[in-house]
Formats: sequence, C-alpha cells, structure tokens
Amino acid sequence: MSDNIYKPYLMEIENIVEETPDVRTFRLKFKNSDDAEKFSFKAGQFGEYSVFGEGESTFCVASSPTRKGYIECTFRKAGRVTNALANLEMGDTVGFRGPYGNTFPIEQWEGKNLLYIAGGIALPPMRCVIWNTIDLRDKYKDITIIYGARSVSDLVYKQELKEWEERPDIRLITTVDPGGQTPEWKGETGFVPMVLEKLAPSSENTVAILCGPPVMIKFTMPVLKKLGFQDKDIYTTLENRMKCGFGKCGRCNVGKVFVCKDGPVFSYEQILLLPEEF
Amino acid sequence: MNSLITRAKELLENKSVQVVIGYEAGPTSVARPAFITDPAKAGTLIYDERCVQNLAVYLTKPEVKHLGKMAIVATLPVMRSIMMLISEQQIFADSIVVLGISADGSLLDIADVKVMQGYIEKSDLGNPEKYKELLAELNKLSPEERFAFWQKELSKCIKCYACRQACPMCYCTRCTVEVNQPQWIPVQSNTHGNMEWHILRAMHLAGRCISCGECGRACPVGIPCHLLTMHLVDQVHNYFNVYAGTSEKMSSVLSTFEPNDKESFII
Amino acid sequence: METTRKSIRKQSLEKLYNLLSASRKVYAPVIAPDKQVEYKYNPDFAEVTFEHIRSTLSVKNVVFPKVENLFFYSNAKTESTITDIDLNKIPEIVLWGTHPCDNAAFDILRSIFSWDINDEFFSKRFEKLVVIGLSCHLSDEYCFCTSVGLTPNSAKGSDILLSRLQNGDYQAEILTEKGNGIVTLSPELFEPISGEEVTVTEVKQKFNHEQVTVKLASAFENRFWIENSLRCIGCGACAYVCPTCACFDIQDETKGKNGKRYRSWDSCGFGLFTLHTSGHNPRQVQSQRWRQRIMHKFSYMPERNESLGCVGCGRCSSGCPVDMNIAEQLEALQNI
Repeated sequence: MSDNIYKPYLMEIENIVEETPDVRTFRLKFKNSDDAEKFSFKAGQFGEYSVFGEGESTFCVASSPTRKGYIECTFRKAGRVTNALANLEMGDTVGFRGPYGNTFPIEQWEGKNLLYIAGGIALPPMRCVIWNTIDLRDKYKDITIIYGARSVSDLVYKQELKEWEERPDIRLITTVDPGGQTPEWKGETGFVPMVLEKLAPSSENTVAILCGPPVMIKFTMPVLKKLGFQDKDIYTTLENRMKCGFGKCGRCNVGKVFVCKDGPVFSYEQILLLPEEF
Repeated sequence: MNSLITRAKELLENKSVQVVIGYEAGPTSVARPAFITDPAKAGTLIYDERCVQNLAVYLTKPEVKHLGKMAIVATLPVMRSIMMLISEQQIFADSIVVLGISADGSLLDIADVKVMQGYIEKSDLGNPEKYKELLAELNKLSPEERFAFWQKELSKCIKCYACRQACPMCYCTRCTVEVNQPQWIPVQSNTHGNMEWHILRAMHLAGRCISCGECGRACPVGIPCHLLTMHLVDQVHNYFNVYAGTSEKMSSVLSTFEPNDKESFII
Repeated sequence: METTRKSIRKQSLEKLYNLLSASRKVYAPVIAPDKQVEYKYNPDFAEVTFEHIRSTLSVKNVVFPKVENLFFYSNAKTESTITDIDLNKIPEIVLWGTHPCDNAAFDILRSIFSWDINDEFFSKRFEKLVVIGLSCHLSDEYCFCTSVGLTPNSAKGSDILLSRLQNGDYQAEILTEKGNGIVTLSPELFEPISGEEVTVTEVKQKFNHEQVTVKLASAFENRFWIENSLRCIGCGACAYVCPTCACFDIQDETKGKNGKRYRSWDSCGFGLFTLHTSGHNPRQVQSQRWRQRIMHKFSYMPERNESLGCVGCGRCSSGCPVDMNIAEQLEALQNI
C-alpha cells in the first residue's frame, strides 16, 4: 500500500439501485482483491467517493460491516460529484478513500432496546448500523425503526423496508408527510415527531438513534425528552462539509471538535457542548 | 475634520442613521474603515490622505446592513460606487446618507441623490492622473509585449480574491469562480487560470468600473490589476462616451443597445 | 546535538552561498523591482537581501506548495487507473536567510500534517529541507514574535542560524545534524567566535498568548467577533500570506481522459469554504469566519495539535487591505 493518504481504492460499481428519481445506491467492489482483504470498517464511518475528473464527495458507508466483500453508498444528486456519480453505469470505476471517523458504540448498546428514527435521505447513514445490529440480532432487545419521508416516492430502500416490515423481530413504522401519501399507502401519514409521540416507545433501557434534516431533529428532540430519554442515550451524526476526511484540510470543525475525526457520530450530550457551528 | 465629526454625531444622536461608515486611525500608520454606532465615538472619525479604501463595499455587506440605516463618508469614487449600486438596484437611494468629501478633503453638503449627481457630473471622471502614465505605457507596448507583461504579473496571483472582495461592484453572492457546474475557472492558482480569472473580472466590470483603483491596492502581492479595469474604462468611454456611476438611472452600457452605438469593434 | 557557535565573515558567507547554489536548490529572498520582497531559487548572491523585514508571501510553499498534485488518473469508465506521485524525487531545498518567525512555522505545519495520520507530501518535503535562518536586526510595527513565545533570534526551526555581528560579519549557530552537514562542505569558512556582539532588533510584547488562549475558551459567543470584523471584506489574503495557515481544497482537473487530483491553498475567510451543497452554511457571515481564524490558531490548535498556530510575523496584518490587525485584536481579547 502506498503512503499516499489521498490515493483512493479503485472500486467497481457492481450494482445500482434507483431508490427515488434522484437517489441512487451503489454496491462497490474492490478492484484489487488485496485491498478487499485488508479493508475493514465499523458502523458510522464515512469515506470520500470520487469520480475522476469531477472530484470527491463525502458520505457514510451505508452497508453493514457484517456484509463482507463490498461496500454500499447511497447519495442524492445534488452537486457536481453526485451528479457525475449518478451518470455512471454498472462496471464503471469510482474512487473510494476511507474509512474515516468514529463509530456508533454498538457494543455499549448490547442488551438494550434500539429506537432508530430517520427522516428522508438520512436513513442511509443509519442503514449501516441498523443492519449491523440486525445481523447481531440476539445481542439487542427490541429494535424499532421509525422512518419518514416527504412522500411515498421519497422513501429510500423500499425493498429493505418491506423486508424489515415482514420480520417479526423488528418493528418498522414508516410515515410520509401529509399530502405525500398515495391511495395504496398503508403506513402512517404525519411528521416524524408526531408519529413518535403517538407511538410513545418506552425510554427504559433504550437508546435512540436520530438522523434527519435539522427541522426534524428540532421537533423530535423535545418528544424524546418527554418520553424520558436522556441526552447520553440519544445519538446522531453531523455532516459538515469535508475535503480530506482526516483533520487536515480545516473545514469541518465545530469549535475545537473535528467532525471527521471526533465524529461523525455524537451523543446528544456531546452535541449540547458544541458551539452553534453546524 | 471637525465638520465631519459634528455631522456624524448629529446624525447618530437624532437617530437619522444607526451607523456611520467612515475612517479611523489604527494601531499602525495606516487608516482603516470604521463603523460608528455610538455618537460619543464620532470623534474617532478621521479623514486624510491615508483614507484610501472604497467604503461603498460595505453597503452590501449583511452584517453592516444589519446595523440599520447607514451614513457613509464618500469621496468621489465612493459616490460613484453608490450611484452604480443604486442603478443596479442593490441599494435604495433614500436608505443612505452621503457624507461627501471633496477633492480637497472638506465636507460637502450632499442632501440627496440629485445633488450627488450634480457633484459627480462636475468632477473629472476619467482615470485618475496617477494611473494615466502607466496605462499609456502599457498601450504603447505591442500585443505580444503586453501579453508577456500580464502573464508575468498574473503568474504571481495567489487567488486570494482580495481584488474582488475590495470592489464595491463585485457584490454577487456567488461569483462565477465559485460555480463548479461547469468549472469555468480552475480553482488552483496557475498562470493560465489566473489570467482567465482576471480577464473575467475585468470583463464583468467593463462599463461598471468607477476607477477607484481599490482592486490593485488590495492585492497583497502587488499585481496592478486595476490597470485592466481602468483600460476598459477608457475603452468604454471611447466607444460609448459614458463613465460609470454618474446617474442613478444609468443602465449598463454593455448590456443595452442603442441605435447610435458604434459598431466598429464588431468583427 | 549540542549547538556550536562559529563566526563567518561576509565574504565567506558569499562563498558558502555560491557553493550551495552550485550544487542544490537554494531559496533566497530578493527585492523585486516593485519593492516587494520575494523568494527566488538560486538568485545571484548580489541580489540576495539581508535587509528585509518580511517577504510578501511566507516560505511555507517549500513544504506546502500553493498547488500540490496528489496523483494522476486516467478516466476510462471500467478501466480507470491511478498513477502515484514519486515523492522520492522531491529535491533537497536550502532555505536561505529566513527569519526566526518563518522558521518556527514549519513545526506548526508539521503538527497539522502529522496529526494522527501522516501526510507524506508534507513530511517528505520537510525532510528534504535545510534551513539557514537569519536573526532579525530589523522589525516594524507589525512584528509580534515576542507575543507568541518567539524572539527575533529564536533558533527554533533553523539548522544554522545566522545573526549579524556589529562588525558586519555573522555569527553562525550550528543547531542540527543537517546544519553540521552544511558546515562540513567547507569547514574553513566557519571561524571561532570573535566575542563581537550580535545585533538583534527589539520587538515589544503586545499580549500574552497563554492568557489569550484561556480567554478564548469562553469567548465563542462574545459580541467581540461581530464588532471587530465589520471591516473584514472576506478575502483570503491573510490565510495565503500566513506561514502557518494550512487549510486546503482538493480538486480534479482533466484534459481529455487524463487528469490530476491536486490540493491547493484555501481560506476559512471564504464563504464557500464551509458551504454545504444543500445551501446550508455553518459559517454564514464574516464574523463567524473571522472567529474561526483566531480561534483555530489560538484556542483549537493549542489544545488539539499542541502548538500555537501563529508565529507573529505580522504578514496577515500588513497584507490586509482593510487593516484587520491580529495583534491588536489578540491584545483586546486578552482583556475581555
């Protein structure tokens, strides 16, 4: 392996899933089998994905570390790199550097109930840890997933949602914003905080993992507090703009905390200590 | 500069404005922009030959606008910048109190935009004397020599964009260099890309530059980039017989068509 | 190794310079026709200035070039390839006549580039660097090295430190093995010290950086940042002339199928620096960016990188178009 920390692994796009009109999931396979063998990561970590000629973009690894031999990423077409990624086809090469950042403390969660709450495109950063804990199902008690999107067509991972729904050992509640439902929609209609309030899961021996747009976080936090969740038992991820991914390029810090090194996973207790710079 | 201080204090005291944008002495020998919100501090305002920055750049800065209604110490280039900003609908004529400063440094009575326009029209609007000689020298060079001159100068550019940031007319919230779909101008600093940036900047200021020279003064590595825009000031005047920043209703010379426009430059 | 002190005559200095310049890249300060002090590779000794206070740009580019290629690629859909940069080709560079502030900056840059994960682009260049520093016998109102734990003749970062003697000759402090290597090229040029006094300028201390760091820990929400950054116009001049600013961007540039990924200097003063694709910006206004600049250097770096992010060279302030004077602000912050 070269000492060049900016040099990405070459990855082949093995599969493409069109989650929504502007969201894609790629399954990426290492082109070099040595790389594949040496590579390991943990739930919550992220990487720099690149299209040569367009640049790099930062997102989490969306597949579980328990699934070996490939990684998956889910992205929304938004900027230069993600638009270029979306134009790629199966078999094309992309670059990947990583894994970077800290991880969800899933060992500490053993023996507890897990409550996952995600909104919109924020399910991907959580999908990794969801599958990770599902794959180690007997280490955890109840697993509940609340997932909301603007409309039915904005729900990502539709295939897996179905799979989770059918599993007796997982409780899945999907919801769409009022007006976003279709005639066939069987899930909830309403914003995530209201759905959570209605469901009123117990905070007893439970960890909540919360990822979503700022407005969802803002209104969901008070509900979690009302349900008795403590700040230290609520986890989320921060997603500041990054270039290098390892604390040198200087743009992702929130005060003295570098999201790329100290994050992206933070407990709400840690978040409260941060200055407002994210 | 007692009259300036008195006027500034008065404006703040009777709450006609919430901030006076002027100049103050700093800890070193240079003077600098100052933002006076407290009438008791109006005494720190100065005006002398060290007061060089074009203060009009602050009229579009969010945090300064946030302070409330503004009065601004304005020499001729600042007044012309204000005129440009009004004509390009970036500021409202009646939202600003102009504390005009004459060429000899005394306070002018600029009651409104009409009066300011009258003062501007009476003034010498060509490029300042101190730059004319350099511009003439550059014009004497052959195109190859001139290209070589600019290539050498612009190779020094570090892409800090001080030229852009110091310019009151560069108020775009997203500059062309910040657009990456497509990437018009390379992000890195290299001679070719630097030239592209400076040509782009000059072209965007053609017919809008008011010859304050602030871009060149702001450059930390001493590139005389003001000569590019000033050359265009001469060109625009030559072709269209107008100077920028002379009227609140002036439309942009290069984006309007008049039946009597010269067409000699159209190939 | 133990420091040895020698003296070197002005004429011997010329011999040493020519000897070095004949065999390797020597980066030395000259006064350009427009009076700016710039560094050039291997200028004639007659051109080299010993009378400059500060060069317009720092010399950080020898270890952190304004543009550094990270690798080359060929983009061919299924068959894309990467060609690595051969870092062993980085040449030895002798820095000549750099002042103590600039020399101390290299270790600060190292603290960033080797934080946790080592950046070979920096460390290889740093390894190949030999620093023949020059103590300051001149200073101006922008200098504040003494406020950040340095002095006009600190030896930190130099392999050999020259200091002017009253008779016009120089004292040479040989501080490292690399410095010793230079001496062995022509040992006869280095004579026993004469007892002559060194001429060093005096730089008044303006603030106590440790107290500033303490104050900053609770100053994030202070009105200070808004009030004192109103005149900042948000250019990157301060960061680009700074010897310790290390923030960078990473970009691709392609011609046809082939291209390169490079990193280039960036600045926390730019609005685009932290802008998310969504349009959200954690540092939306200039006061937040100015705060980041000072906080990073005087609060975050001391804690995270165990080094202060400033050497007191004064370039950011002398180069600022609107006189954002950092020493003045730090002095004020010490007393908030």
